[in-house]
Amino acid sequence: MHSRAILATLVVLALLLALPWLLPQFLPANQAQFWTANILGRAIVFGIIAMSLTFLATYGGFISLAQMMVAGVAGYTLAIFVDGALPRIVGGWGYAAAIPLSLVAATVMGLVVGAISVRTRDIYLLMITLALAMGVFRFIETNIAWFNGYEGIRNVVGPTLFGLDFRNAFVFYHVALGTAAALFLGILYLVKTPFGLVLQGIRDNPRRVAALGYSVGLHRIAAFGVAGFIAGCGGVLSTIYNIGISPGSIGLGATVNILIMSVVGGLGHPAGAFIGSLIFTVFDTFAATIYDRDRFNTLIGLVFLVIVLVSPDGAIGIGAKLRRLLGAGRNHPRGAEGSRASQQQAGEETTP
Amino acid sequence: MDLAATIVLNGLTLAALYFVVASGFSLIFGLMRVVNMAHGAMYLVAGYVGYAVFEPLYDRDVWYAWYAGLAAGVAFAAVFGAAVQVALLGWMQGQELRQALVTIGLSIIVADQLLAFYGGTPRQFFAPDAIFGATQLPGIGGYPTFRLVQIGVAVAVGIGLWLLLNRTRLGIMIRAGVDDRQMLGACGVNVPLIGIAVFALGAALAGLGGVIGATAQPLAMGADGRFLLISLVVVIVGGMGSVTGTAVGAVLIGLAEQIGQALFPTYSVILTFVIMVAVLALRPQGILGRA
Repeated sequence: MHSRAILATLVVLALLLALPWLLPQFLPANQAQFWTANILGRAIVFGIIAMSLTFLATYGGFISLAQMMVAGVAGYTLAIFVDGALPRIVGGWGYAAAIPLSLVAATVMGLVVGAISVRTRDIYLLMITLALAMGVFRFIETNIAWFNGYEGIRNVVGPTLFGLDFRNAFVFYHVALGTAAALFLGILYLVKTPFGLVLQGIRDNPRRVAALGYSVGLHRIAAFGVAGFIAGCGGVLSTIYNIGISPGSIGLGATVNILIMSVVGGLGHPAGAFIGSLIFTVFDTFAATIYDRDRFNTLIGLVFLVIVLVSPDGAIGIGAKLRRLLGAGRNHPRGAEGSRASQQQAGEETTP
Repeated sequence: MDLAATIVLNGLTLAALYFVVASGFSLIFGLMRVVNMAHGAMYLVAGYVGYAVFEPLYDRDVWYAWYAGLAAGVAFAAVFGAAVQVALLGWMQGQELRQALVTIGLSIIVADQLLAFYGGTPRQFFAPDAIFGATQLPGIGGYPTFRLVQIGVAVAVGIGLWLLLNRTRLGIMIRAGVDDRQMLGACGVNVPLIGIAVFALGAALAGLGGVIGATAQPLAMGADGRFLLISLVVVIVGGMGSVTGTAVGAVLIGLAEQIGQALFPTYSVILTFVIMVAVLALRPQGILGRA
């Protein structure tokens, strides 16, 4: 990462950390609270799940639609084992034990998805991961004994951290932000490691990587495992945010929502996931003002369609294009690295 | 024994519906390399539009109410499919992922607009008297006639598609397009036009499935996702772009679903996916797919 990029990340992070105190300066108190919890907090949580998709897409070239399902596996594991969840399925575990267990479950599920889809690429991968996600969803929806069927499991209130209640919007916001930042920086570090480089090699030319002696299949499966862990973190947080989990939260709609966030933000860089999830959440919240509360899906569908038609690189791509237009004289536009990756996935000719 | 025969027959009638829907999906995928994620939405559109035509006629008690609904649904789906190909997908030919994303966006919008137009109440067609009621079958007893008709329709669609692909000029061009689009174009064939025709045909099959499905069981929101998923699984199992493969896949999945529901109701979904995973592990291109 360039020093400028590190600086920018730190500035954005500091700004986000301070936001709960900055917002009340220019918003009424109740609105500031609403923005913190229901828009920013939610955007970060779903951004984490979307980032697991973006991670796979950016560095591996895989568009996996199973990420929401993997996040749901973490959420369900938490809800099944943790004490206080209703109905009690297994119960008896504290959050300190149940959360790591959930993350392990999500990682394993990620590895399984990776292993099943290891011989497929592109749209085949898209189809198979979607089918897997829907299979798990329908299994959970029809199974009462383990998942309480259609109702789901509720009352997963979250732990108390150092005497601070998780239900406090500020506490939740900062935990989510901290998790997101750690995962984000973790990804940026990981892609510089030999593992990350091989992964990008697979994206660009799997045969050449195989010829160099690397196991393409194992690296792919490992990448899905990493993405599973990331999605699991998002799944745990979203389950606590929603005080429980039900099949609806991992169904087709939810799965597609995660895809929308990733694509709208841009598949060229992990940061796109958060930009996309923020745009999504803002539209979701203010759909009533813009068009019609009940027609949110039409609205976000149109946004998604326009982004796919006009700028396959998403919001990041639009930003990069604007920068190029404004600074036409300057050489080497930043963000070109990311846009190259996603253009390859979109099968587009390279424009710059 | 009675029960077993009924379950198998249920599985076959379900497979018939799955085949009709999935064959359209497979056809579009085979020639165009487009994963039509809006296939379920086309199923849904045809069901609702067909019902809108069917209902007033049915109230007036006209005998052709159902047939009119069927024709309207199928025709609307075909036009819709052709329009999608012309307006959105045709000019990004070759960008498979982007096309899949476009159809996802489209399916969200269509499903939501249908909800706005027709509301959330489930609808069900009433089959005309000729194919309504029960038929006595040896070894089973009374069985809904319409479900048997369903099998007949699927067989007709299968034979029709086979004839179309193997015995007509259009079919030859379609098969040539599957193998080598560019060469076909170089031979002077208007490939984009064939693409539109194929898309219309595939969508029409989704529409046919929509009206028939909505006669056999109520049509409601969520059916789009269900039938998209079914199409995906059937085509993955049977083999991409092969009509026979789609038939094999549909029969396997239909039977697995019914047998699973009879033997272990809460875990029946797993059976479907065990089949899918097993096929993927052993033959990633599907049972009858070409490598």
